Amino acid sequence: MSEAITPSDFPVAESGLRPPASVVTETGWVRVLLIAVAIAFLALFLVLPLVTVFVQAFAKGLDAYLAAFKEPDAHAAIKLTLITAAIAVPFNVVFGVAAAWAIAKFQFWGRDLLVTLIDLPFSVSPVVSGLIYVLVFGSQGLIGPWLIEHDIQIIFAVPGIVLATIFVTFPFVARQLIPLMQEQGTVEEEAALTLGASGWHAFRTVTLPNIRWGLLYAVLLCNARAMGEFGAVSVVSGHIRGLTNTLPLHVEILYNEYNFVASFAVASLLAGLALVTLVIKSLLEWRYADDIAAGARRH
Amino acid sequence: MAVSSPRPRRRFRQPSVIPGFGLTLGYTLTVLSLVVLLPLAALVARASGLGFSGIWGVATDPRVFSALRVSFGVSLLAALTASLFGSIVAWVLTRYDFPGRRVIDAVVDLPFALPTAVAGIALASLYAPNGLVGEQLAKVGIEAAYTPVGIFIAMVFIGLPFAVRTVQPLIAEIDKEVEEASAILGSTRLGTLTKVVLPPLIPAVLTGFALAFARGVGEYGSIIFIAGNLPYVSEIAPLLIVIKLSEFDYAGACAIATIMLAISFAVLLLINLIQAWSRRRFGYV
Repeated sequence: MSEAITPSDFPVAESGLRPPASVVTETGWVRVLLIAVAIAFLALFLVLPLVTVFVQAFAKGLDAYLAAFKEPDAHAAIKLTLITAAIAVPFNVVFGVAAAWAIAKFQFWGRDLLVTLIDLPFSVSPVVSGLIYVLVFGSQGLIGPWLIEHDIQIIFAVPGIVLATIFVTFPFVARQLIPLMQEQGTVEEEAALTLGASGWHAFRTVTLPNIRWGLLYAVLLCNARAMGEFGAVSVVSGHIRGLTNTLPLHVEILYNEYNFVASFAVASLLAGLALVTLVIKSLLEWRYADDIAAGARRH
Repeated sequence: MAVSSPRPRRRFRQPSVIPGFGLTLGYTLTVLSLVVLLPLAALVARASGLGFSGIWGVATDPRVFSALRVSFGVSLLAALTASLFGSIVAWVLTRYDFPGRRVIDAVVDLPFALPTAVAGIALASLYAPNGLVGEQLAKVGIEAAYTPVGIFIAMVFIGLPFAVRTVQPLIAEIDKEVEEASAILGSTRLGTLTKVVLPPLIPAVLTGFALAFARGVGEYGSIIFIAGNLPYVSEIAPLLIVIKLSEFDYAGACAIATIMLAISFAVLLLINLIQAWSRRRFGYV
């Protein structure tokens, strides 16, 4: 019977020397240096601006901070932002789920092209996203004259803001769900159908539970962008105070009026939303990594 | 007796027992057309109405030309910076374990979550001559706010997550046995890194660079507050579109938008080429 080799068989351990350092990582000081560079860079470029928002918002004390929210214009902006997100997010959820169902559960000609087209809004500048709606619905636009004739206002009004928001958040749900549903395949749905479930029943009891964390993840990101969108909304809004100002636009107006405390106070609301989004997003990634995205990301 | 099977027919869709194909695809195509394709087609139609000479005329207008130069030039530098530091951040977050790593990993996505206008006013107040960072920079003679340097800072902010997130998964996939083999065969750690570890990461770094670049060119909200928007100096192309629109110069706005769209699609094409090359060279994207 062969003797088990023990660490004491090695001269290194006997002589009390440290075992050799791992060959698959850098030496200690290089590691420390790289970590320091990374943290310093992130602190300067990302964390500092975030902290600044809150520091500036409370620069003149709590009363000045709260005063920013007592204005009727601020109330109107909050309301419009909530309304916009309440329309845009569900719209994109329905679209994203339908698109993912068609693309992930079936093999058909032109599927890759369709995915590319759905992704298109992400590669268009926010300002251009606003511009294209002005070109369709504006007074000089494609159907502008017809809209004026029928007294329907879309540009410089709430519908335009909602449309522009839908455009910039369009790919979020679909691009999250398509790879996830492709990975999950169709076996479970086929089993449900074989057992007599209707298509809708199979979707509700089999597919939906399978994609719920991925869907929640996508809704979270979609909502953050919907409430925070600036460029596209700015082009179609017309900046009418109390009527077509969302929270980001209200921030801009206050800032340009040199009303910095109020501007940063309103901005802190949006920064708070961003922080909550990041926290929930990270929690979802840590707990449900396998259920959010195809080929789960390691953390 | 041999049963002759019907010749396989090219069909639009592979057969499936899953229902709802017609409904979901029909809905998808309708909504996609109305929300995305039709409005984009309106832009293309307007631009083609101008003709090539019309677009060229707008592009060579000195103010438009300098705005395009600022947007593309500064975005190039910002994407380079974001890629360099983004790769370091991705490496540190994936390969090293240190306290707070998860929190720092979450912070990387901040520019995705923080509304651009909020980032814009925060950066402007930080880098203004009397701001926390601006004051220090002024001492060494660097004016950040209201110059192209400010635009650069905003573009690095907005591009960083793209640079980190495209590289990170590939670093996680690196097979440590290859590194061990390299070390055992006598390579130094630096040799292993530059000859074994880093080359396969190049396509991901390039993709992240291209994404950050495209995002920087189109970015508006986080830039306009810090840029100062001086014509010929720190005016970006998206802002010029907004200005043209407010002057009801639709043709000018469309021409600039078309140039920007054309270049961002060229960048997208470039990304696809990089990925195709990577698939051939390394066997993965």
